[in-house]
Amino acid sequence: MKSFDLEKKFQDRVDNEVKIEPKDWMPEAYRKTLIRQISQHAHSEIVGMLPEGNWITRAPSLRRKAALLAKVQDEAGHGLYLYSAAETLGAERSDLIDDLNEGRAKYSSIFNYPTLTWADIGAVGWLVDGAAIMNQVMLCRTSYGPYARAMVRICKEESFHQRQGYEIMLKLAQGSAEQKEMAQDALNRWWWPSLMMFGPSDAESTHSEQSMKWKIKRKSNDELRQQFVDITVPQAEFLDLTIPDEDLTWNADRQHYDFGEINWEEFWQVVKGEGICNRERLKARRAAEENGAWVREAATAYEQKRRSAEHIHVA
Amino acid sequence: MKDWPLWEVFIRSSNGLHHKHAGSLHAPDNEVALKNARDVYTRRNEGVSIWVVESKHVHASDPSDAEAFFEPAKDKIYRHPTFYDLPDEVKHI
Repeated sequence: MKSFDLEKKFQDRVDNEVKIEPKDWMPEAYRKTLIRQISQHAHSEIVGMLPEGNWITRAPSLRRKAALLAKVQDEAGHGLYLYSAAETLGAERSDLIDDLNEGRAKYSSIFNYPTLTWADIGAVGWLVDGAAIMNQVMLCRTSYGPYARAMVRICKEESFHQRQGYEIMLKLAQGSAEQKEMAQDALNRWWWPSLMMFGPSDAESTHSEQSMKWKIKRKSNDELRQQFVDITVPQAEFLDLTIPDEDLTWNADRQHYDFGEINWEEFWQVVKGEGICNRERLKARRAAEENGAWVREAATAYEQKRRSAEHIHVA
Repeated sequence: MKDWPLWEVFIRSSNGLHHKHAGSLHAPDNEVALKNARDVYTRRNEGVSIWVVESKHVHASDPSDAEAFFEPAKDKIYRHPTFYDLPDEVKHI
């Protein structure tokens, strides 16, 4: 079949909501886009462990510590689901991990901001996981089967993450004046970076249009961002905290909140590697890779030894 | 790092149900594959039993050939109970 016919057949399948599976024919650009997106998503889960891992040893109670530990373990798991989805497209896991560690791959910029106080762990769970869930709920219906299935699993697990974050914020907001101040400070620092998580505005987004056509994405960056603002504002009001945006107002005509302009200069700066923690994150990733090398070597050596012992036994 | 072999993971969520494909992972051997599968795919009691199979041992039908491959079943509607006309008065059949 000619490649034009194949592409038409492929698009028909997508239009008819038939999922694309690993061995199906797909345009090279679809495969490449997915490998890029899924691996970036996986990297984000892996790097996302770092800002939160920072607080495991300093969590204020055993209950908080157990929850945070479980959350960080989940993030590792989510990274693994996603790497294995990327591999169904022909990517090699070790290449993907090298790309991350060598700074060739992107991951969500939000993780290049530091977690300065315990309240940041609350704000990250509430806002960062909240924003991620919004995006991931949409991706549960993405056109590529293995990616969609990974997302369903991830979304089920993420809702505890957001709830534990909001619970931390709630406790602080209802605590002493100083604790409430901590919660407000965390909200002040995490609000705008959370809005940036949805990516550039639709007019500026380079991959969006084709991704929508292929139904990799089903909602635009701006649509998701609006949805996030609309559900988060009442949650902030319940905490009696103030969202750091003077332009934030309910627009009765649109039935949505209007909000201020995002600092896109900051956004691009962090994307390009000049955020507060970019270097530190990659350094931590490389250290984890290097310090874990002996464990991987030992496991391989053990397997080889066992196999040769079996051969001797058989002989 | 050279990748360890890839393993496909199948999980029985409770007794009485089939094992179902859950995903894949890398591991040096079957023992580590089982433990990793437990940690990656059953952190919330999703399983009572796990199978791991090295991916290279899975042989799959070719999707581009699916139409011809599954064609033999298509025109055999007489394999379905609704194909047979029986009067409404006949009960329990």
